[in-house]
Amino acid sequence: MSSNTKIRPSEITPESVYRGRREFLAGLAGLGAAAALSPPALAEQVMSVALIERLQYQRNARYSTAEAANSLADITGYNNFYEFGTGKDDPARHARSLRPRPWSVVVDGECELKGRYALEDLLKPHALEERIYRLRCVEAWSMVIPWIGFPLGELVKRFKPTSRAKYVEFTTLMDPKQMPGQRFAVLDWPYVEGLRMDEAMHPLAILAVGLYGQALPNQNGAPLRLVVPWKYGFKSIKSIVRIRFTERMPATSWALSAPREYGFYANVNPEVDHPRWSQKRERRIGSGSLLSRQPTQKFNGYAPEVADLYTGMDLARNF
Amino acid sequence: MPIIDANRALRWIAKPLVFLLGLLPVAWLFAGLADWPAASLGANPVEKIQDTLGIWGLRFLLVTLAVTPLRDWTGWIRLLAFRRMLGLFAFFYISLHFLFYLFVDQGLDWRLLLEDIAKRPYITAGFTALLLLVPLAATSTKRAMRRMGRRWQRLHRLVYPATILGCTHFWWQVKADIREPLIYALVLVTLLGWRWYRHRQRGSAQGPGRYLAPAVR
Repeated sequence: MSSNTKIRPSEITPESVYRGRREFLAGLAGLGAAAALSPPALAEQVMSVALIERLQYQRNARYSTAEAANSLADITGYNNFYEFGTGKDDPARHARSLRPRPWSVVVDGECELKGRYALEDLLKPHALEERIYRLRCVEAWSMVIPWIGFPLGELVKRFKPTSRAKYVEFTTLMDPKQMPGQRFAVLDWPYVEGLRMDEAMHPLAILAVGLYGQALPNQNGAPLRLVVPWKYGFKSIKSIVRIRFTERMPATSWALSAPREYGFYANVNPEVDHPRWSQKRERRIGSGSLLSRQPTQKFNGYAPEVADLYTGMDLARNF
Repeated sequence: MPIIDANRALRWIAKPLVFLLGLLPVAWLFAGLADWPAASLGANPVEKIQDTLGIWGLRFLLVTLAVTPLRDWTGWIRLLAFRRMLGLFAFFYISLHFLFYLFVDQGLDWRLLLEDIAKRPYITAGFTALLLLVPLAATSTKRAMRRMGRRWQRLHRLVYPATILGCTHFWWQVKADIREPLIYALVLVTLLGWRWYRHRQRGSAQGPGRYLAPAVR
């Protein structure tokens, strides 16, 4: 496994591609065309694909929940990623059109080191960790996901934000060819999210590049996404192409779409209902029993770590 | 004797067939609960069952409302024979939708349930629609029809506000993508618009009941 360190992250094959490749190889074999490839060569190809797929990481136990993680099937089959359609199973069906390699991210705004960075240069200095986080969707369901990533704050520091940088704004890829859901103006594309600077610097906020030990599947926001576990899931923007430091609060997609229903902060809070439904309880996906709804915890259970960020703020007004 | 044959075919073939077709959605859900892969309920079975029951309730309501216009467009009078069954299927799916919400989704937590009905406009709308349909289902027998006479017609016009509320209930819970509820709303507007048009065309002499509600024999 030591040779893994030499592989640039952008060379990692996304699951959809290697799945496709395997299907292709299987198809060849099935057609009796396997003679073109000797069996050892075929096995070797599949092996090497499987090897580079694994990410190198260490588990961060301190920031991981002991709750049982959801299955890979649930995590990759039940998604809100409107760029691929608004049904929960649309992303799994349509996200293969996304090409997460090669990938680059523009960093600009109130910082010293503006520029366009190749994904591998962006990731190079960071040691990957596994963090098992709860994810609470604003639609009152939740999951537990073993993310692979690194603290957003460490990346933010590298670009030397100026004293005027009060917020960080993130933007998702805009390309209706790769993201067919963008052909419909369901939201004002591209998707934009943001954090206050102190939120972005909080050690619980991470940028994820994988889950369950492998590169992020397309439908989960490949190749780079935000994970902010104490906020509703829609804050955790996927497939990021731009990081901008701003002095003013970014105009975020859902807050623009329905300002009465979604705010900039979007902290998980059972005391503040969505105007149309209760946020007091949540349904844990994959929990087996149909009858189980569990109480939602303030800040999704991360209050001891993050409640300080909001002292003195009226959370019912700043929802 | 061809008329008798047609009646027999209706009674012994067409009606049972429509009845079995009407049970397909709920059979499909049972197949999903029994882990039949093709009918998989996905990662969130509660949501899937809830949505499936609701959408079929609304579809059956709209199909029921389409019977009279279809009869007039096609001239096929026998279509009317299916209307009661279709209406009762709508009531069946909407009732299951509500019971599932009550017992499974809310886990029979009365406090939360009452809060939901009072505070959530989309639930208020859906619940009101169900309440409006209860007397219609209760008076769906031939005997009730005969006994109530003209009052039966007037009562059964409640299906219009119920369907409008059903479409509203669907629309109000969508987060951003209104395309699907919009289609249902357009179907409803077409069906109601057609009735309004026919009513105007005929003039008010015959009274509004004729095309707004089923004719009683």
